[in-house]
Amino acid sequence: MAQFTLPKNSKITDGKTWAYPTGARDVRECRIYRWNPDDGKNPRMDTYYVDRGDCGPMVLDALIWIKNNIDPTLTFRRSCREGVCGSCSMNIDGTNTLACTKAMADIKGVVKIYPLPHMPVVKDLVPDLTNFYAQHAAIEPWLQTTSPTPQKEWKQSHEDRQKLDGLYECILCACCSTACPSYWWNSERFMGPAALLQADRWLKDSRDEATGRRLDNLEDPFRLYRCHTIMNCAKACPKSLNPAKAIAEIRRMMVERQV
Amino acid sequence: MAFGDMSTPLKHVCGLGSARSGTAHFWRQRLTAIANVPLTIAFVLIVVALLGRNHAAVVQILGSPLIAVIMLLFIVSVTTHMRIGMQVIIEDYVHDEARKFILLIANTFFAVAVGLACAFAILMLSFKV
Repeated sequence: MAQFTLPKNSKITDGKTWAYPTGARDVRECRIYRWNPDDGKNPRMDTYYVDRGDCGPMVLDALIWIKNNIDPTLTFRRSCREGVCGSCSMNIDGTNTLACTKAMADIKGVVKIYPLPHMPVVKDLVPDLTNFYAQHAAIEPWLQTTSPTPQKEWKQSHEDRQKLDGLYECILCACCSTACPSYWWNSERFMGPAALLQADRWLKDSRDEATGRRLDNLEDPFRLYRCHTIMNCAKACPKSLNPAKAIAEIRRMMVERQV
Repeated sequence: MAFGDMSTPLKHVCGLGSARSGTAHFWRQRLTAIANVPLTIAFVLIVVALLGRNHAAVVQILGSPLIAVIMLLFIVSVTTHMRIGMQVIIEDYVHDEARKFILLIANTFFAVAVGLACAFAILMLSFKV
């Protein structure tokens, strides 16, 4: 059966409350999920106090401030700090989003930070996204053609290029897939909103010649049809994309080639 | 089918490959959902019209050709929708293969039995057997 409670060794306990910064005027309380694979203990919620006067406005700024000034063992992924790389995706204030584009000012009360839901945790805020990346690989996200390669480039009209808008911008941060209950229950067999949005991007590409084969590979009760239009994906996407619409588009193509 | 820990993540994701089906199920679910809207309204109106009437009048109304056809369509559409809807719920939440197959079989048997019993009752009234 689907698991509705956390396993015994994943139950979250109260953690440490770290020192209040001295001389700070504007302080923000952050509660952060901590788990160390090496100490054999259950995960815990540590409380940190961030000096807003000494730190940038975003949640990622707070995390970096904590790592630099309070607790160097706090582990998280980050790179571009401007919403382009998708590394710092995590669950902040109950929603999956990017820490670098989420302002602390937009959160009421305590800033609660967890890793992306329903993924195995590597350490602290770092989830294991191996399965997620394998699903992206499975939809074969590259241009596939059988016609002889042209001497210059594969041409595409301006109108056809516009069909990729709202799809190509995906940064594979996994906020959508890990917000999807269908993905939680069947992440082994359901492709998830991110991989399906990418699939739609290649199905819609006027230069790609493998459309039929791509649809064949998706036509499956689990791979595609496990989506129940819950729409958490569209709500969570930090790039304001709509994977649910992309999934509906793939289904429309499936029906269109049969009816 | 689960593969061992030494196989690659892509092997896990690809599994046994695409079933090359699901669209018919999806289409049927939408089709019966659309059909259920007018048929359920008609069913409710028929039930309201039957309230307070005696047995003979109920038998006569339900047995009349137009009402009987509406009721039969309602039964077929609703039980089909019920079966495929419950199938999705079982597939979503039951991951033990043996238990899943037993539940899927029971789900089909239940829907067919309910549908057939209802249809049989309407036909009995229609043909005054």
